[in-house]
Amino acid sequence: MKRSCYIGVENRFSEEGKTSEFLLNGRRTSIDGAAVQTTLLDYLRDQGLTGAKEGCAEGECGACTVVMLMDDAGGSAYRAVNSCLMFAPMAAGREIYTVEALAQNGELADVQKAMAAAGGSQCGYCTPGFVMSMFAEQYRRDREGPCDPHELSGNLCRCTGYRPIRDAALSLGPAPAGEFLDRLSQPAQRLESVDHQTTTSRFSRPTTLEQCFTILAADPEARLVAGGTDVGVESNLKGTRWNHIISLEAIGELREFSETEERVLIGAGLTLNEIPARWTAAPEAFREWLVLFGSPPIRNRATLGGNLATASAIGDGAPLLLALDASVHLVSKGGKRVVPLQSFFTGYRRTALVPRELIAAIEIPKPLPTFVKFYKVAKRRMDDISTVAACMTMDWDESGRVDRCRFAFNGVAAVPLRAAAAEDAVVGQRWNEAAVERAQAALDRTLRPISDHRGSAEYRLAVAKSLVGKFLWNRRETAA
Amino acid sequence: MSFAGKPVPHESARGHVTGDALYTDDLLLRFPRLLHAWPVLSPYAHALVKSLDVSPALTQPGVATVLTAADVPGEGDTGSSRHDEPLFPTEAMYHQQPIAWVLGETLEDARLGAERVRVEYEPLPAILTIEDAISAGSFLSGPFRLADGDMSVIESSPLLFDGELMIGGQEHFYLETHCAIAWRDETGGVAAHSSTQHPAEAQEVISRVLGLPRHKITVECLRMGGAFGGKEVQSNPWVAIAALGAWKTGRPVRVRLTRALDFALTGKRHPFLARYSAGFDDHGRLEGVRISYYSDGGWSLDLSEPILWRALFHTDNTYRLPAVELTGSICRTHKTSQTAFRGFGGPQGMLVIEEILDQAARRLSLRPDVVRERNFYREGDRTHYGQIVKDAGRIHTIWRKVKQSSEFDARRKEIDRFNENSPHRKRGLAITPVKFGISFTATFFNQAGALVLIYRDGSVQVNHGGTEMGQGLHTKIQQIAADSLGVPLEAVRVMPTRTDKIPNTSATAASAGTDLNGAAVADACRQLCVRLAAVAAGLLGCDASAVRFSNGLALGNGDESEGIPIARVCEAAYRQQVPLFAQGYYRTPDIHFDPKAGRGKPFHYFAYAAAVSEVEIDGFTGDYRLLRTDILEDVGESVSPVVDRGQVEGGFIQGVGWLTLEELVWNSQGHLATAGASTYKLPSWSEVPDVFNVGFLERAAEPGVVMGSKAVGEPPLMLAISVREAIRDAVAAFGDGGPLTFASPATPERVFFAVQAARAARESVRETIKR
Repeated sequence: MKRSCYIGVENRFSEEGKTSEFLLNGRRTSIDGAAVQTTLLDYLRDQGLTGAKEGCAEGECGACTVVMLMDDAGGSAYRAVNSCLMFAPMAAGREIYTVEALAQNGELADVQKAMAAAGGSQCGYCTPGFVMSMFAEQYRRDREGPCDPHELSGNLCRCTGYRPIRDAALSLGPAPAGEFLDRLSQPAQRLESVDHQTTTSRFSRPTTLEQCFTILAADPEARLVAGGTDVGVESNLKGTRWNHIISLEAIGELREFSETEERVLIGAGLTLNEIPARWTAAPEAFREWLVLFGSPPIRNRATLGGNLATASAIGDGAPLLLALDASVHLVSKGGKRVVPLQSFFTGYRRTALVPRELIAAIEIPKPLPTFVKFYKVAKRRMDDISTVAACMTMDWDESGRVDRCRFAFNGVAAVPLRAAAAEDAVVGQRWNEAAVERAQAALDRTLRPISDHRGSAEYRLAVAKSLVGKFLWNRRETAA
Repeated sequence: MSFAGKPVPHESARGHVTGDALYTDDLLLRFPRLLHAWPVLSPYAHALVKSLDVSPALTQPGVATVLTAADVPGEGDTGSSRHDEPLFPTEAMYHQQPIAWVLGETLEDARLGAERVRVEYEPLPAILTIEDAISAGSFLSGPFRLADGDMSVIESSPLLFDGELMIGGQEHFYLETHCAIAWRDETGGVAAHSSTQHPAEAQEVISRVLGLPRHKITVECLRMGGAFGGKEVQSNPWVAIAALGAWKTGRPVRVRLTRALDFALTGKRHPFLARYSAGFDDHGRLEGVRISYYSDGGWSLDLSEPILWRALFHTDNTYRLPAVELTGSICRTHKTSQTAFRGFGGPQGMLVIEEILDQAARRLSLRPDVVRERNFYREGDRTHYGQIVKDAGRIHTIWRKVKQSSEFDARRKEIDRFNENSPHRKRGLAITPVKFGISFTATFFNQAGALVLIYRDGSVQVNHGGTEMGQGLHTKIQQIAADSLGVPLEAVRVMPTRTDKIPNTSATAASAGTDLNGAAVADACRQLCVRLAAVAAGLLGCDASAVRFSNGLALGNGDESEGIPIARVCEAAYRQQVPLFAQGYYRTPDIHFDPKAGRGKPFHYFAYAAAVSEVEIDGFTGDYRLLRTDILEDVGESVSPVVDRGQVEGGFIQGVGWLTLEELVWNSQGHLATAGASTYKLPSWSEVPDVFNVGFLERAAEPGVVMGSKAVGEPPLMLAISVREAIRDAVAAFGDGGPLTFASPATPERVFFAVQAARAARESVRETIKR
């Protein structure tokens, strides 16, 4: 019996007597004995793999970054993930590499050489995380040209000021031939079902919706989790413990994508970074939105369904999807229903989901609006939580009057919302300063934001109004 | 072959990139039967602890014991300067102050045990802002006063104005949070690993708490995952708890603060409030300035006094203050005890004078860079505390050179043109200088020791009192030792810092780590070279004075082909009964300061620099981007250019964080609302300027400092003031160019409202003209 020194809870083998294993740095490793909510990070450190560090325990600093093999265009890719936001049982059946695996026979890997030579480390504490993010980027299969330093934006460094790390990333050539590269020509291992139990808690990972509903029927209180980027934070920071966690990430039905003349259907279980390769005709605003959503390691785990289900007042998924008139496909044992996103958020952190129901997909109707802009206002430009975010869309009729308009916001109320009064003030009008002023007056009347550490109510209202002006300005810039 | 001045990589770079470099918390598995500690936290910012019942915690499975005041054999206080920080307080003085500590078999056990501890509190009113502290007369210390010249002159100054500047604090956010592991050693003492800048003080505090003489205590710091001043004294309580737990239970004890606890429990850069009056002549020359500083010291004194003094010392920055009257008081508030942070009060003092100069320039319709330059010190000038400004000419040289290299004047015109044609996006450009005094202002701290051991195979262990926190001290020490002994870099191993190697060391702080410890190491190496030269002379058949050591060889005539390996010389020395180890020592000469008179020479020398920064603001949101920064830094003769450039760039970006996006927000209950990485934002990739040029002043060797180098740890942080001033310049472009201000940090929200105010001012001017 192994005890984790972090949250050790003794193990009882699951009913089938199956053990859960994963491939860690090329070796089979058992996670039996790990408490359900032991983070993958603590698990690794317990194994003596102390290269990955805990810097924040909420997926912001990237000191805990490891790479996980994920399917990618017929083969696979190394994806940087925050090991502090994965529960150890989530690793079951996965293939994971830590910084300790990179140097071979004392010979440093390219990324390690580049970081050392560029002066990319000072205190060194963040370095293993940077090395792993950079490794994933060097081996990115669709990479053309130099590494993209933005792929390292999920890693924080307090010492260097980033310039040498940028230089290290830019100095890297193509991924060198060898086992690491060869591995990518094959897909990742298919995820199988997991039933990991300890004396106090249980982790289930069904592979079909049907299995999932059976488990849910027996235990309706079980906590559903997709990428875990929100649940992991709650576990680490609030110390919340659940009796039963059901992981949705192996359910194929939640990971489908389709596009027709009438609509786009995005599986709720697709990670954010999996979407662009599927939705190739996505509007530019979608790509602008995507890079502002969390960080690369977060986007490698977080799902669109999870982002909507947490119903955060400041979630970045909602404004975009509200403005695109999206609806959610909700499924339960009883069947399926389609709910417009606008009526999905029912209150602070509350949704229209009923017990034993989950989001299967997000539907976006077509044609997409003519003009779409996404704005995120935050203290930091990248990887920050919105003070206010907005997505605005507009279509015009033949006479040049506004035909359809959407102003969707987060950060201005307890729930993400569409500012219907402001939209109404604009529809049927010409899109000019006067229309902006009417919309702003409507926002003044209808928005009641709060003050908190991200921004004052006064600023939130002022900036929400100001963004309408920016939307006009951007339109004119585009038209010019 | 020489290593000093060569761009060698960080001494631990290989360990960093492979994950092999170990930090305190990486040692866990080496301590069987280790216990984990979790604190019982006060839910109030200020409250009396009426009763404490730990017995329910003991019913939690896995809880070994609970540490309370009753367990302390010595003095239960870890305060650094004043003994004013009870380890187990009967009066909670800030939100989440630890009241007791639970030790458990796992961290989870300890945490669940802590939840069960029953504490009765009597909440008391809390003072949470500087303004409230001033009105309540709540001060930890002060007022201190530093004055010079005749202040009555400003009554007749052509330009006289008053103002106020609120300066926010800053969380260190070292990536490695505080951590300590302590255990009873094999011979009746207590040993500890601690992530601390000051192992000797950790030793002192453990000895105080356990009531043991210091020779019973050994503290080691392997390396730190960043510190920035935050581990100078603030590491004391955690190592004390670990040691106390180990003493009580006989088992190793680990105290590691999670990020949330580190935010909640440890001190930050001091917030400051400055109220000033300043007088200028028509050409923007400062005639006199009066400033009252109020720093937010938090609940205990910590290092607040020397930090305030450094603000007073650095109010001049690079400017001659003909008449000056500075006062400073340290407010006691019910918050974490604010502490050392890179710059140590200097940044706050400099920010205020830069604010004043910009205000004057815009009131006089002069360019801020011109006003700054007109006020520079000249050779022979003395500071407002009477120290000659050595090498004042470098201020002018650096200014001129960085203006040229950044094409300041051409870009000024370009930016003005851009702004004319861009109603919603405006650019700003600013240049600001830095002069930073090097030395601990408490003179006696300016000493250091070293112990250099040579083994018979010629390999070398270097011990010194400095700690490695990422600043590259060990790299520089390795270079200095290798050069001094004439051996290859890899022959020198710099050992982790231990109190049983060098006693009574100073904190690694005040940018002086290399100056002090490097000189001590060089001293030890010199003694060894003298001894080895005598032995080598015998082997080489030459005079000892002719012997040189280079590249691992002893040379009699400079010809490498006839040299003999140092290993052979060492073996011969051993056989000739010549000792192969030496202690080195250094004290900074000729520095002194009398705080009562406000006169003296507190600094060994000054480090100089200047930076030019350009920003672009989005007027719709107040959001901005740093487009370009050019820096010229005086590092003397750089021992280690890669390390020094890293310090300049990293310090600058850290300063940008302090002045722009890093905002500490305490709510009305005294809870820190920005207590995690998701709410407190440090600079990320998006804050790095697209163009970032860093140069070193050439031919700048500093006599009397090891290898002619200059300190570089802190000075670059204050170059970030150029970014705040560039933001101000861009905000001004939305208006009529008149004076404007905003509190620090310049968050997008503050910039947004400043832009609105600037636009409103322009509108009102237009209205006036129309009428």
